[in-house]
Amino acid sequence: MNLTVRESLIAFRRAPLLSALSVTTIAFSLFVVGLFGLVAVNLQHALQDVAERVEIVAYLLPGTPIESITLAEKDIEAFPEVQSAAYVSEDSALARAHAELVEFRDVLQELERNPLPASIEVKLKPRFRDVDHVNEVADRLRGFGFVDDVRFGRDWVEKLDRLRGIAAAVGLVVGAAFAVVAIIIIGTTIRMAVLQRSREIAIMRLVGATNGFIRRPFLLQGAIKGMLGGLVAIGLSYGAYTLINRWLIQAAFFSKEQAVAIVGFGTLIGLFGSAASVGRHLRRV
Amino acid sequence: MIKFTNVFKAFPKGGLALKDVSFHIAKGEFVFLTGHSGAGKSTVLKLIYAEEPVTSGEVRVSGFNAAELRPRDVPMLRRRLGIVFQDFRLLEDRTADENVAFALEVTGARRSSIPARVMRVLTQVGLAAKAQAYPRELSGGEQQRVAIARALVNEPTVLLADEPTGNLDERATRGVFQLLRDINASGTAVVMATHDLDLVRQAPYRVIELQEGALVYDSAVDEPREAASP
Repeated sequence: MNLTVRESLIAFRRAPLLSALSVTTIAFSLFVVGLFGLVAVNLQHALQDVAERVEIVAYLLPGTPIESITLAEKDIEAFPEVQSAAYVSEDSALARAHAELVEFRDVLQELERNPLPASIEVKLKPRFRDVDHVNEVADRLRGFGFVDDVRFGRDWVEKLDRLRGIAAAVGLVVGAAFAVVAIIIIGTTIRMAVLQRSREIAIMRLVGATNGFIRRPFLLQGAIKGMLGGLVAIGLSYGAYTLINRWLIQAAFFSKEQAVAIVGFGTLIGLFGSAASVGRHLRRV
Repeated sequence: MIKFTNVFKAFPKGGLALKDVSFHIAKGEFVFLTGHSGAGKSTVLKLIYAEEPVTSGEVRVSGFNAAELRPRDVPMLRRRLGIVFQDFRLLEDRTADENVAFALEVTGARRSSIPARVMRVLTQVGLAAKAQAYPRELSGGEQQRVAIARALVNEPTVLLADEPTGNLDERATRGVFQLLRDINASGTAVVMATHDLDLVRQAPYRVIELQEGALVYDSAVDEPREAASP
């Protein structure tokens, strides 16, 4: 086996407790990041579900001929932002009100004339479901002569937007903070490993080993610890996810790419932490 | 091969460890570096193997100029030197042959060549039979032989020995000293720092004596002395 690989693996056998400590600390740091990630993933899912229902309703002037409406429907569906446009006639609007507004059923029944206008309900494609695009589409809809009024949940869309922004920002900040903590922790454990082997390192330098050669096993060791920590974190997150799913709410887990990214992040943390601490030690000796 | 020209070395906290030291050691020479502890013997050796930077003056070792040495040159310089210490500096968790092999492994020697080279030097120092022993299972003299084998395995042109017999009893001292003489006889230069004047008197080798950082006597240059200095 390659000497670098062998040397870095020996460290696990020589200091099992210290190695377990590094792996555990990284695992828990990443687990917390992972938990937050799970919340973010599920928030994103929820937002998507909500956003799906974001629609713009264009109320039509009474007496608009059905031919113009059908044409307009086609036009609107051709907008790049639009996923679907559906015509709702006066009658079906009334029927819907009948079904949804149970309390007013009597009132509705007694009406002589249908007061509800016909409308076109426009649903946007997912990536256009934000304030700017909703406004833009609404403006365009107002341009049709037979459109009386355009309504959409503007406040609601804006709030949704802000919530998404906050979720992303908090995710970044918490993630960065924990990454720093994990780097410091692995740096410290690698430093202990370096000090533990300082005699060996001194001899290596004496007989003419290059700094790169001395550094490599520690870097590999840090990377392995980071990777193991990432894997354990994924395992812990999966455990938490299973529990939440069973007892609390239906939740989603990381995609394969996200899981790989977490393990990769752990590996990078391990690499950086050990690089920093080995570099400092070698400069000093 | 080793050339000191007007070398000064300041202690980091002030004061001089070496004052205006000049000498030249030729290929294949055996040189005693003597003087009381604190006289600067170890400092001279550290300047040779680039453990410490020179304050002023010029140190040339085996084609390297210490003043122009870049950090990545240091390992290359050290591969041409063998270094032995009073305290052996062996790895306790490795056997004798593993300790020697270590010096080859970490300098990137071809793996297949290692066992034969290790056995050859262990035989040379007379420890082939104890290749599998751990340092704690060996006597002081034997441990120093392992350290010498490790210093030799990279086939250095100079062997630097800093008080190599300082921790040994008389018998082991004689054995180790004889080994160093044999090594020198086969062509390797030896620079041995020692304050054991009996040992110095035993052999007809060149003596460089330091006193408080200054070179006070060099048998290659100065008149031979009647009696040994205190």
